[in-house]
Amino acid sequence: MILSIQNVTKRYDKHTAVDNVTFDVPKGSVFGLLGPNGAGKTSLIRMITTITGPDEGEIRLDGEKLNDRTPEQIGYMPEERGLYKKMKVGEHLMYLAQLKGLSEKNARKEINTWFEKFEITDWWNKKVEELSKGMQQKIQFITTVVHKPKLLILDEPFSGLDPINTTLIKDEIRALNEAGISIIFSTHRMEQVEEMCEHIVLINRGKNVLFGEVNTIKNEFKQNLYRIETPDALPADFGEKFQVIPASNGYITVQLEHENQSGDLLRYLVQQNIHVTRFQEILPTFNEIFIRRVEETQN
Amino acid sequence: MSKLKLIIQREYLTRVRKKSFIIGTLLAPVGLLVYFLVIVGLTKYESGGEINVVVQDEAGVVGIIPDEKGVRYIPSGGRTLEQLKEAVVEGQYDGVLRIPQLASLKQNDLTIFYYSDKKMAPEKREFIERRVAKKVREFKIDSLHLDRASLEYLDTDVSIDPEKITEKGEDESKYTIGVGLVIGGIMAFIMFFMVMMYGQMVMRSVMEEKTNRIVEVMMSSVRPFQLMLGKIIGAGAVGLTQVVAWIVLSGAVMFVVPLLVDVDPQAMQPPVTAGQPQIDPEMAQGEAFRVFSELGKQNWTLLVGSFVIFFLGGYFIYSSMFAAIGSAMGDDYGEGQALVLPVTIPIILAFYIVAFVGIRNPDSGLMVFASMFPLFSPIVMPFRMAFSPPMWQIILSLVLTIGAAFFFVWMAGRIYRVGILLYGKKVSFKEIGKWLFY
Repeated sequence: MILSIQNVTKRYDKHTAVDNVTFDVPKGSVFGLLGPNGAGKTSLIRMITTITGPDEGEIRLDGEKLNDRTPEQIGYMPEERGLYKKMKVGEHLMYLAQLKGLSEKNARKEINTWFEKFEITDWWNKKVEELSKGMQQKIQFITTVVHKPKLLILDEPFSGLDPINTTLIKDEIRALNEAGISIIFSTHRMEQVEEMCEHIVLINRGKNVLFGEVNTIKNEFKQNLYRIETPDALPADFGEKFQVIPASNGYITVQLEHENQSGDLLRYLVQQNIHVTRFQEILPTFNEIFIRRVEETQN
Repeated sequence: MSKLKLIIQREYLTRVRKKSFIIGTLLAPVGLLVYFLVIVGLTKYESGGEINVVVQDEAGVVGIIPDEKGVRYIPSGGRTLEQLKEAVVEGQYDGVLRIPQLASLKQNDLTIFYYSDKKMAPEKREFIERRVAKKVREFKIDSLHLDRASLEYLDTDVSIDPEKITEKGEDESKYTIGVGLVIGGIMAFIMFFMVMMYGQMVMRSVMEEKTNRIVEVMMSSVRPFQLMLGKIIGAGAVGLTQVVAWIVLSGAVMFVVPLLVDVDPQAMQPPVTAGQPQIDPEMAQGEAFRVFSELGKQNWTLLVGSFVIFFLGGYFIYSSMFAAIGSAMGDDYGEGQALVLPVTIPIILAFYIVAFVGIRNPDSGLMVFASMFPLFSPIVMPFRMAFSPPMWQIILSLVLTIGAAFFFVWMAGRIYRVGILLYGKKVSFKEIGKWLFY
């Protein structure tokens, strides 16, 4: 485990922002930290990054209790991010890299590597305010990863990025992950979760309401729905044998009582000489799971 | 390099490299230079050109008056007033000065008349009045058969020179108070200026970091307290740099001015009034010597040493409060004004105490209290220092100031830590009070 969160609680005044949350982030994984606005994600991240401390519970990074050296092992890109506008890009990166514990020499080397990777070697002496928003985001990303953290925490990393830069950063995230860096991805954009994450935790009202592997969760939430596509008309008794869900898109959706029955359904169709062009299990999207789970816990 | 050092370095360098800082630092002494040149120019300037005044001395009191300061006195030469007036109209003279007869030697009030269609500059008018008064005085002295030399003996300058009785007391001269006032005043003013200017600079800088959202990035690398302290120390170092630069440059200006223009030291003085004796150069030298000897009597090691400590103490107390306020404030400076006021009021009050009470009586009860109270002491005590207050008071004040500085930095750190990460909330003092105990 790269990160282990055990019974962590954080209170502000009378409000409990994080309420007895427990979960683990496996080493080398891309982990989704999900939740609606105000669920307690940022409070949780601030505790992981040692900006604040938990009132109760314990957080361990790579088996070690959080300590003064923790910030150097974490790269954090907050949702609310910014840079010193009047500083030169190179100086700015040097400053933040050195604050993360890199020596001056190492910092310069690492920054130059990233400059080459992003093809921005002539940016060193530009002022931050001279850059476009997208360009600033690139710099922001470099500040997050320049010190080679063990754990990368990205809070809505793609907000404000155009599709080209989104792809660029996505590729870099994948590359970093392949290089062994664990990544926590905080977002409420569910299509990104399905695309990038292997594990997730869903937080609502400060509580952990869902935790596990993405595929396992999808299977847990599936309702044994199957989609059939065929140019033929279905036999007259089909509706008696199977429960058909009315669908507007012209496909036939069948709800089975148990997933073992999928074979029976397919066999029946074959026996009836129906020309099946497509037969597929419908898994819930994360969006649906997210909304269902949030609504369930709200009530 | 330690994180605190990195922060201080950035805070210092980004400010010192700013154009506004460089311009401000260089321009202030240039402004001072221009100011001096203007003052010198103004004192040298004489209103209007020369005027010719024909004097009709009906009483035979004034006799012949030598030309002076742009006024030429011309005797009437037996002409009548009407003839003289005509001469004025024809443009021969600027005006007629008629001095009527004295009713008696006891007359203390004499009205003389000036006939002209042109206005006389107030400066010239005053000058002529004084000149005639002097002549009348001489006339009266002669008429009364008084001895001029004996009369000179009547004028006596009196000043108190405090003398000690026991060894414990201090030997003061009449210059002690004056020199003390100047030194104390300068120190109090520098304190006031630095605390206000650089304290508010810290506040704006904190607000800026909060507004442009860099702070959350910073917080994941350094402790809030480190960032706040680094900022305070960095900005303070900038302030010291500026003050030192100003002192050096002003010194240079003071040195350069006399070379540029030929300054008449007397021209800088207000005009000498009739009764007063002219300053004797030898006496002036003696005065300068006494002022210097008074300056020499000051315990400069103690004075400068304690000033530096009071300066640092005062700066830390106020700039940490400003930092805390800045962290609590949102993006809206106008809205935060209500929070700034309670911090600026004590500074201004301290300055007023010095300006209105300290100058009259540096050892009064209020001054002693104010020089102990940590919100006032950094400004009030340096002022009192020039008047050699009892040692125990200096030490107590130093201890209280240093203690308060630590306390305020600690307290500001607690507020800053919470405030800096809080967005979109209007904050009250009650709320800030709660943050102390989070």
